[in-house]
Amino acid sequence: MNLTLKIWRQSNAQATGKMVDYKVTEISEHMSFLEMMDVLNEQLINNGEEPVAFDHDCREGICGMCSMFINGEAHGPDRGVTTCQLHMRMFKDGDTITIEPFRAKAFPVIKDLVVDRGSFDRIQHAGGYISVNTSGNTQDANGIPISKHAADEAMDAATCIGCGACVASCKNASAMLFVGAKVSQYALLPQGQVEAVDRVKNMVAQMDLEGFGNCTNTGACEVECPKGISLENIARMNREFLSANVKS
Amino acid sequence: MSVLDSKVPKGPLKTKWTDYKNHIDLVNPANKRNIDVIVVGTGLAGGSAAATLAELGYNVKTFCYQDSPRRAHSIAAQGGINAAKNYQGDGDSTYRLFYDTVKGGDYRSREANVYRLAEVSANIIDQCVAQGVPFARDYGGLLDNRSFGGVLVSRTFYAKGQTGQQLLLGAYSAMNRQIARGKITPFNRHEMLDVVKVDGKARGIIARNLVTGEIERHSAHAVVIASGGYGNVYFLSTNAMGSNATAAWKIHKKGAFFANPCYTQIHPTCIPRSGDYQSKLTLMSESLRNDGRIWVPKNMDDVMAIREGKKKPTDLSEDERDYYLERRYPAFGNLVPRDVASRAAKERCDAGYGVNATGEAVYLDFASAIERYGKEQAKIHNINNASADKIYELGAAIVKAKYGNLFQMYEKIVDQDPYKTPMMIYPAVHYTMGGVWVDYNLMTTVDGLYCIGEANFSDHGANRLGASALMQGLADGYFVLPYTIGDYLSHEIRTGKIATDTPEFDAAEKEVTDKINFFINNKGSHSVDYYHKKLGNIMWEKCGMSRNAQGLKEAMVEIKALREDFYKNVSVPGTATELNAELEKAGRVADFLELGELFAKDALEREESCGGHFREESVEMGGEQAGEAKRNDVDFAFVSAWEYKGEPGDAVLHKEELEFNEIELKQRSYK
Amino acid sequence: MSGFFKSSIGRKYAMALSAFFLMFFLLQHFAINILSVFSPDAFNEASHFMGTFWAVQYVLQPVLIFGVIYHFVMGFILEARNRSARVKKYAKNNGAANSTWMSRNMIYSGLAILAFLVLHFIDFWIPEINTKFIDGDMTGLLPNGEGFRYYEELVHKFENPLRVGAYVIAFIFLSLHLMHGFSSAFQSAGATSMRKEKLQLFAKVYSILLPLGFIFIALFHHFNH
Repeated sequence: MNLTLKIWRQSNAQATGKMVDYKVTEISEHMSFLEMMDVLNEQLINNGEEPVAFDHDCREGICGMCSMFINGEAHGPDRGVTTCQLHMRMFKDGDTITIEPFRAKAFPVIKDLVVDRGSFDRIQHAGGYISVNTSGNTQDANGIPISKHAADEAMDAATCIGCGACVASCKNASAMLFVGAKVSQYALLPQGQVEAVDRVKNMVAQMDLEGFGNCTNTGACEVECPKGISLENIARMNREFLSANVKS
Repeated sequence: MSVLDSKVPKGPLKTKWTDYKNHIDLVNPANKRNIDVIVVGTGLAGGSAAATLAELGYNVKTFCYQDSPRRAHSIAAQGGINAAKNYQGDGDSTYRLFYDTVKGGDYRSREANVYRLAEVSANIIDQCVAQGVPFARDYGGLLDNRSFGGVLVSRTFYAKGQTGQQLLLGAYSAMNRQIARGKITPFNRHEMLDVVKVDGKARGIIARNLVTGEIERHSAHAVVIASGGYGNVYFLSTNAMGSNATAAWKIHKKGAFFANPCYTQIHPTCIPRSGDYQSKLTLMSESLRNDGRIWVPKNMDDVMAIREGKKKPTDLSEDERDYYLERRYPAFGNLVPRDVASRAAKERCDAGYGVNATGEAVYLDFASAIERYGKEQAKIHNINNASADKIYELGAAIVKAKYGNLFQMYEKIVDQDPYKTPMMIYPAVHYTMGGVWVDYNLMTTVDGLYCIGEANFSDHGANRLGASALMQGLADGYFVLPYTIGDYLSHEIRTGKIATDTPEFDAAEKEVTDKINFFINNKGSHSVDYYHKKLGNIMWEKCGMSRNAQGLKEAMVEIKALREDFYKNVSVPGTATELNAELEKAGRVADFLELGELFAKDALEREESCGGHFREESVEMGGEQAGEAKRNDVDFAFVSAWEYKGEPGDAVLHKEELEFNEIELKQRSYK
Repeated sequence: MSGFFKSSIGRKYAMALSAFFLMFFLLQHFAINILSVFSPDAFNEASHFMGTFWAVQYVLQPVLIFGVIYHFVMGFILEARNRSARVKKYAKNNGAANSTWMSRNMIYSGLAILAFLVLHFIDFWIPEINTKFIDGDMTGLLPNGEGFRYYEELVHKFENPLRVGAYVIAFIFLSLHLMHGFSSAFQSAGATSMRKEKLQLFAKVYSILLPLGFIFIALFHHFNH
C-alpha cells in the first residue's frame, strides 16, 4: 500500500519543530509500524536526508521504549499493543497517518519523536523499591505464603512497561496510572507493607513535582495502555495515599 | 602451560565456593567509600551487580544506551528462571541442577562455575521474592513451578510470560534504592566506546552521551562489563534492536580474550520470517513446548497444498502428520533441548516439508493439549458426556490461563488465531553462550576488568538450557561478583581517586573521536543496515544451525571483504553532536563485522559438533544415534579463548582445558 | 495530614467530597421541587421550613455556598494545572477513541452549570435574600397575605419560554456533568472496582433521571399555567 505520513520533525530540544509530509510506497500489510518507519528512513538516507529519530528497542512489546502518538492515539489505533507490535494491516492503502511524539511537559522532546521519560525514573527513585539488601540469607521464598489472588493482582499491576502511553493519552498528561501501578504492586504484597506509608507519599510528591497533570478519571489511559493496566490501580493509590496521610 | 589461569579454588567441588568466600580479602566500609566501580549495561547482571556493589558501599556509575535501566533486553525473557529449590519434591537438588546444566551444555563448561551457579540459584529466588517480584503462586500461597526443555524436574519459577521483566524490575528497584541514596549515578542514553587501561589495569571508560554526542571520560578502580550477547551479528535475532557487542568487543581489542564465539543458541520456537523488510524475530516462550506438539505433514502433496492455501493444517488427520520430535526422541519428545529441537526443524524444512511460503516453518499444535485439558476439566466439574465443543471450551480456557499473553502476541503479529489453527514456528538466533573469557572470579584477562551475564562465556558451555540465562545473570550480579571483585579491590584501597586527564585517557578518547569523525565524514553510498543485513545473511547461511569447513572458510573471506567495503562506502547522515541513531549503529556494525569473522574462525577450528555448534563433518554414522551430533572429547574438551592481534583473522587461540571430575562425559541422548 | 490538600491526590479527594455534597444537595432540592407538581401546599410548607429554619439558613446554606464555590474554584485550578501539563498540543488527538465526551469536557459542562447558577441566583436566591433580610419579611406570605408566596413565585418564573429554555439546556449540561462526575467522584475517593460496578446503574439513573426531573418540573409549570 501507499501512504502519506505527517511526521513531527524537531532537530533538538530547543528547536521549534514542525509537521513534515512524507510518502512511502509498497508497504506490506504484514510489516510492523516500525518496519514501515525503517523503510521511510532507508529512503531518507538514500536521498541524503536525515532519518526520523524514534525510540525503539526490543520490538516485541515489552521494553516500553517505543513511544509514538499515531493518528491521535498512543501506540496507534490497535488495542493492547505497543507501536512495535502495531501492524500495517490496521491501515488502508492511501491513508494519511499523523505521527507525533508523546506530548507532556514532563516528557520533553529530545529529537523528532524521541522524548525524555526520565521523570518516570525519578518517581521510582523516590520510593519504587523494597529496602532489602542482597545478603544471601534472606528469608526463604516460601516463608510468607501470599494468596494467589493477591499475587496475581500484584502481577497485573507489575506488568506496566513504563512506556508513558497513559501520560500521552491523558488529556491532562497525568501519570497516575503509572504511579498507581507501581504503588499497587508493592501495596498488594506483604513485603511492601513496611515502607508503604513513605513510599506512596514520596512517589506522589515526586509525581507532582515533575509537572504531570491531575487525573480526572477519563479512563483514556486504561484504554490505551498496551498492557491493560486497570484504573483500579489509581483508586488503590488514592486509598493508600489517604491512609498514609491519616497515619502520619 | 597456557597463559590462561582459571583460578578455580582447590578442594572438593561442593565446598569450593564456601571456602573461597571464607578466605578472600575484604574491604572495610570506610575504604569502600573511596572506591569507584563502573558497570556497563544494566540488565539482570549489570543491574543486580550495580545495586549490590552500591549496597556494599562502593561508588557505582552505571551506563546503558537505553533511556532507563529498566529497558535492558533481559526484560524480554518470557519463560522463567531455574532454581534448585525442590519445592515440588520431585528430586531436584543443587547437584542435579549442576548436572543438567553441564550435560545440557554438552560438557563444554567449567564444572566449578556451574556448581557455584547451582548453589546460589536458590538464594536468587529468596532475594527476588523479598524485593517484591510477583512470581506465580498456587492456591496455597506457595510458589509455583513449571518444567522446561532438557530436564526431568519442575524447577522453573515464573511470572506469567514476563519473568524477565519482573526480575529486571526487581534489580532495577534495588538500583533505585541506591540511586536515591546517591550510591549509584546512572548514565542513561550513554554508550561505552572504549575501556581505558593504565599500567595494565582497567581504570575507566570512554562513553558517548547519545543525546548530545559529547564524549565523556569516566574513571574507576574496576570496570564491569555486563552488556549482553552478540546475537545481532546475525542481523535478525530475538535480541533488541540496540543489543550490541561493542563493549565486549572493545575490551577484546584491549586485551580481554574472547571465548567460544561460535557457540550460539538458535531457539526453536520463534515466529517465522515473513519478508525481507523484517527487522527482528519474535520469540515464543519455550514453555509452549510443555503443551504444544511440533509437526509437519508426512506427505509432500499436503505440504504443497498447504502452501498454496488449498488445505488447512487442521484438515490433516493424525496419521498424515509427522510429529518428528516425538518420532525421533521418544524419551524427551517435544521437550528436547533447544539445539536438538532447532536442528530437527531445520532438517525437516531442508527436506522440503516447511509449511509456509518461505518453506521455513513448522507447526506447534495445541489441539491435543486443549482436548486433554478439556476432558480433565469436564471430569473435575462432573460433566458427563461433554460435547466436543464443551471440551474444547474448557480446554481452551486452561490453555489461555497458561499462555494467553503469548497467544495474543502471536495473533497480533501473524493475524491467525492459535486456538483454532496451529502456530507456525521456526528457529531463530536467540542467545550467545560464547563471550568474553573470564576466570572463576569473573575477571577477564585484563586486571580489574570483569565481565558478567550473557557477555561472558562462563556457565552454559555449548548450549544453554531454558530459564538458565536469568539465573546466571542474577547469580553473577547478586551473589558472585560482589565477593570476587572485593578480593581485587582490597588491593586498591591506597590507590586514591583516578585522574582522567592522563595520556591514557587522551589516547583512548582520540581513538573514539577519530572513529566517529571517520563515519560522519565518509559520505558513502550505502546505509549501515545495508551492511548489517549482508553480514547477517552470511552468518545465517554459513555459520547458522549447521556449519561445514567449506562454508566457514568462505564466510571468513566474505566477511572480511564486506568489512573493507563497509569502511569505503558506508554512509552516516547527520552530525556527531546530536542524537544520531545511524552513527550509533555504524559503530556497532563495525564491531560485528570483526566479531563475525572471529566467529567463523572459531567455528572452523572446532571440528566437532557440540551443543549449538553443529559441524556437518562430525555426526554419528551408525547405531541408534545415527545422524545425531557427534562430540569429540579427546581433541576438543577445551575452551577456545582468542587473543586479539590486529585483525580478527590473525587472532591467536589459547586453550583452557576442561577437567571433569564430578561428571562422566557421555554423548547426550534424548532418545 | 500536612500538605495533603496541596497534593494532586488530596485535591482529587477534595473535588470528590464537594461533589458528593453537591449531589446530595441536588437530590434534596429535587425532592422539594417535585412537591410543587403534586401539591402546592406541601411545596409551600417545605419551602418555608427550608427558608426559615435556622440550621438550614445559618449552617447548611453557608456550607452549600462554600461547597459550590470550592468545587468551581478547585475545578478551575485543576483545569489550569492540567492544561499546563501539556504545553504543546497534539496536531491530531483522537480523544473519542478512548474516553467519553462527558469526561473530556467537564470544564465546559461545569461552566454551563455555573452560568445557570448565576441566572438561578438572580431568579430565586437574590429576591429571596432581599425579601427576607433587606425587607425583613420573614413570614413567607404573599403581599396580599393570602397564603405562602413560594409556589406563586415558582409558577411566575416559568412563564417566560426563554427562561424555561435556558433551564432545560442547563439541566442537559448538568446531566452530562453528572454522567462522568458521579462515578468519577467514587473513583477519586478510591472506591474498589467491585463497589463501582454496583454503583454503575445507580449513577446512570441518578445522572439522567434527576436532571430530567428538574426539566419536567420547569416544563410542567410552563405549560400548566
